[in-house]
Amino acid sequence: MSTSTLTATTTSATRQRSNHIGWLILSTLTMLAMGALMGAALLYAKPATNLAGTEQIAQRIFYLHIGSVVGAFIAFLLSLIGSIVYLIKRDLDWDRVTQASVEVGIILGASTTLAGAIWSKPTWNTYWTWDPRITTTTITLLLYIAYLLFRNGIDNRQTRARFSSIYALFAFLSVPLTYYSARWFRSIHPIVFNGANPDAQGSFNIGATMLQTLWVATLAYCLLFSTLLIFRWRQLRLQDRIEALREELE
Amino acid sequence: MSVSLPPAASSAPISSPDAGLNPVQALALSPVTMRTGRSFGRYWQHVWRMMAKDLRIELRAKEIIVVMVAFSALAVIIFGLAFDLRVPRPTMVVPGVLWGVLLFSGILGLNRSFSAELDHQTLTALLLAPIDRSVLYLGKFLANLLFMVIMAAILLPMLLFIFDVNLFQFWILLALLLGIIGYVGVGTLFAALTATIRARESMLPILLLPVMVPVFMAGIKITEQVLDGRNWANFQNWFGMLVAFDLIFLTVAFLVFDLIWEDV
Repeated sequence: MSTSTLTATTTSATRQRSNHIGWLILSTLTMLAMGALMGAALLYAKPATNLAGTEQIAQRIFYLHIGSVVGAFIAFLLSLIGSIVYLIKRDLDWDRVTQASVEVGIILGASTTLAGAIWSKPTWNTYWTWDPRITTTTITLLLYIAYLLFRNGIDNRQTRARFSSIYALFAFLSVPLTYYSARWFRSIHPIVFNGANPDAQGSFNIGATMLQTLWVATLAYCLLFSTLLIFRWRQLRLQDRIEALREELE
Repeated sequence: MSVSLPPAASSAPISSPDAGLNPVQALALSPVTMRTGRSFGRYWQHVWRMMAKDLRIELRAKEIIVVMVAFSALAVIIFGLAFDLRVPRPTMVVPGVLWGVLLFSGILGLNRSFSAELDHQTLTALLLAPIDRSVLYLGKFLANLLFMVIMAAILLPMLLFIFDVNLFQFWILLALLLGIIGYVGVGTLFAALTATIRARESMLPILLLPVMVPVFMAGIKITEQVLDGRNWANFQNWFGMLVAFDLIFLTVAFLVFDLIWEDV
């Protein structure tokens, strides 16, 4: 083995080791933040004063609900950025960013919907209603599930990246339109920040401890999103490399 | 004029006039000239020919409109059977039936739009033609639009017979036209996306229907409100939604269309 290859191997090994340390730190931080969020949401945050009984307990799911919706929003925004940058630069890494963030976004979006459904049973007395935000989240999830199904059907790697980037662009563009059309239907979803919905049911005022918990939730879910994204992105990258090596061997 | 290439040759990259630039960069440099060339009239002539070709094929083979109309008749009868005895007034379900049937049967026509070219191995010839790819899109778009409008024109009397609801009212017809424009605009692009992939027939509805939700909701609401005897002030929002949808998606589809055919 020549010296240059040896140095190259050593540097790549060093880089890999420092990457591993970085991932370890990130995962540990994420775990700690999620743990802190659970503690804050269940114990630290004061209960909502105007609610009582199961409604008051159910209100605590709000922190997970908001946290995951923030994460999902960042994920889908990043998928838009990834698809546009891919179409311009044609770098497969950006396509992997899109795919990874769509997958993480689907998980976070689904947990938003699930948390909302669990909350709405005691508050609205139904798991499901055609509320604009629920409708929009569900349609968005369907859009991005379609994105993943669509990807699977395309064999050529470059074609897959290009077609699914085009679709991701359309999917993201349709979300605000879906939201506004759903909003013009009747709405009973509480609008906690900036704005009041006179027909809202189950609303409450935000206190200091609640706000702090909310910040913990946002931070924890951002960390969770980044960790999942990075790991999934790396996995996709390795997958492509294995695919390339296999083709070389055949 | 035979431009039939062996399948192997079709995998060769097609060189664009702006060598060295990828389409997105070329598009950013000169969005209009890149599309239309120097002469605007010639461009529309090409679009017209592309559309006329599809119409001629349809007149001879009758494989799209007949299938769409047959399916929509069947769907209307099925919905009629399902709802007729269960709801107090047919006007309560007719808006949903109209738009639902329209979306589902439209898929059948859109699916044929590009896969027919693939089946007859004429897609390569179309791509080799010395025209901009957006001509292909606009020609197919206009042809599909006409097919859908004809289908809707047959669907409305069917709804009148089965449900006894008169939908021939100005605002409903306008909403139908705007809705169909948006539907076909996105649908034609997605049909092109799915034409070359595995399981193309089943993929198109999964891709298209969630994107069409705003059109679907707007269409249902307008139809509902017109049937309830409301006036323009009650549903002008929804017309805004339809127009916005059409403008946004037609523009984007027109811009990204030739990214699809880089390596057929």
